[in-house]
Amino acid sequence: MSFETLREAIHSLTPIFYLITVVMFIFGLKFLQSPRTARRGNLLSGLGMLIAIVATLLGQGILNYTTVLIIMAVGSVIGVYLAYKVKMTDVPQFVAILNGFGGAVSAVVGVAEFLVYFQTGETPGGVPKTQFLTAVAADAFIGTLTFWGSLIAFAKLQGILSEKSFVLFGKNVFNSLFLLGALVTGAFLVITGSALDFTKGPVDVTVVAIFLGAVVLAATLLGLTLAMAVGGADMPIIIALFISYAGLSASALGFTNANYGLIMAGSLVGASGLILTRSMAKAINRNFWAILLGNITPPSHQATSKDDIYAGRIKTTTPEEYVGVLDAAQTIVIVPGYGMAVAQAQGACRDLFNELSADGKEVYFAVHPVAGRMPGHMNVLLAEVNIPYDRLKELDESNEILENADVAIILGANDVVNPMARDAKDTPIYGMPILDVDKAGSILVIKRSLSPGFSGIPNPLFVLDKTLMMFMDAKPALQELVKAWKER
Amino acid sequence: MDPIVLALILFTLSVLIGFEIITKVPPILHTPLVVASHAMAAIMVVSAIEVAGTSAGNLAATVLGGLALLLGVINVVGGYVIADRMLANFKSGKARGKDAAKGKV
Repeated sequence: MSFETLREAIHSLTPIFYLITVVMFIFGLKFLQSPRTARRGNLLSGLGMLIAIVATLLGQGILNYTTVLIIMAVGSVIGVYLAYKVKMTDVPQFVAILNGFGGAVSAVVGVAEFLVYFQTGETPGGVPKTQFLTAVAADAFIGTLTFWGSLIAFAKLQGILSEKSFVLFGKNVFNSLFLLGALVTGAFLVITGSALDFTKGPVDVTVVAIFLGAVVLAATLLGLTLAMAVGGADMPIIIALFISYAGLSASALGFTNANYGLIMAGSLVGASGLILTRSMAKAINRNFWAILLGNITPPSHQATSKDDIYAGRIKTTTPEEYVGVLDAAQTIVIVPGYGMAVAQAQGACRDLFNELSADGKEVYFAVHPVAGRMPGHMNVLLAEVNIPYDRLKELDESNEILENADVAIILGANDVVNPMARDAKDTPIYGMPILDVDKAGSILVIKRSLSPGFSGIPNPLFVLDKTLMMFMDAKPALQELVKAWKER
Repeated sequence: MDPIVLALILFTLSVLIGFEIITKVPPILHTPLVVASHAMAAIMVVSAIEVAGTSAGNLAATVLGGLALLLGVINVVGGYVIADRMLANFKSGKARGKDAAKGKV
């Protein structure tokens, strides 16, 4: 059998290979439902991807294999290098920048297909002109939006840009205008583009190209204003949202060239990102629909003076003193916040966990959905230092444990344990689900100062009778606790 | 059936399957989920391969396709490898005990 017959056979079977890929993706995601099978699931989905890539390489009549393979080899090396180099604490910005690349890939491929269409008058896969042009417009729009939005998210997470929410005057008006502009120019793109007559030789494409440029420009402006407006505690939301957009742009790309594999895989990812966005929105008390429309971070409130609440009512303790309380406790719940990761105190935290567990204490970690910089980030940081995953408890389960816990140790968390979320209607955190640490017998707060969390409001938890404060950096505080525990 | 109708059916069904499966992923695995889904979205590389490899008559398209291919492959490989690195860390109390017995921890 000649290579050409083989190529044709693979080419005609390509949709079947893509179907196998998507089925493997679905099972890969299904295996992610349990930490026991998750790693296998990821491998399965990676193999699915390999099948799609190999089928495309063999079936598409590639003219310059050498170039394509060299590019792929270089990309793989860079990918592996980056993936092994990145620190677990930096995974959020890593994902943000890669996701930006994803958006760029989608938009750039769309534009390249567009150029080919101009030259030859033929659409990829022979899809109808109107469908092709509509999908190209959608793809360029979502891809560009994802690219700029993710890039800003990366810059904020990396500390290149301030993490504060930056809201343009009249943002909603501008955003609506950008969106409307994209829709209108996109419609003109489709109308003018499909009216081109290729039968009479070369055509003048300037007008259509200008419309495509306008769509890209509108998406750029929208992506920038949308991401700039997100700040502080809301960063986990924006990562989930832009992953969803990247999926949708892959889907749109699939519509440009009738690639059913892309349509299916892209919409799977789009759905996955949306679900995560919704769960983050719930965890942080934001309206899901407002987020989709770009109103992520609400205007900040005037903080109540913290002196009124804290004055003269704070009690402090030292590691040497506190081991007595720990010794008398049976169930201990540690509530890690982003402050713990900033202080690089995960290792010290593990040491305390090991010491307490070895002496027969029941130790759990109560992980709020938005602890960390992206959905589930804190779990990854704790798993990295070898905390077994059956000790990491999500919100509902944590609250059940906290009901009967003897000690709750708060490590760099603030807003997610603020009881004001339950009843203080005029605060930005009102209605947000929190960890009920005030139900525990005794509370230890390890914190550098009384500075407020992202919400800017004081925390009445700190003045409860059963609360003791340890004004120290998380890492030395934990190290000294471990030392005092061993010497007790 | 019109291909566009088939495409829309596939799109809708995949969204529904996605909702159904992802809802059941526990919050503890949300970061690996984000990274893995992100790697899946990078299936766009197959279109990049097509454009880069078959548009020989159009230099601009070939160059754009090649750029997309490079970024796409970084995405796929980087995404899957980092997800694997993370998932390798997730161990139950039991598995951790075994590792300790073997002197791995």
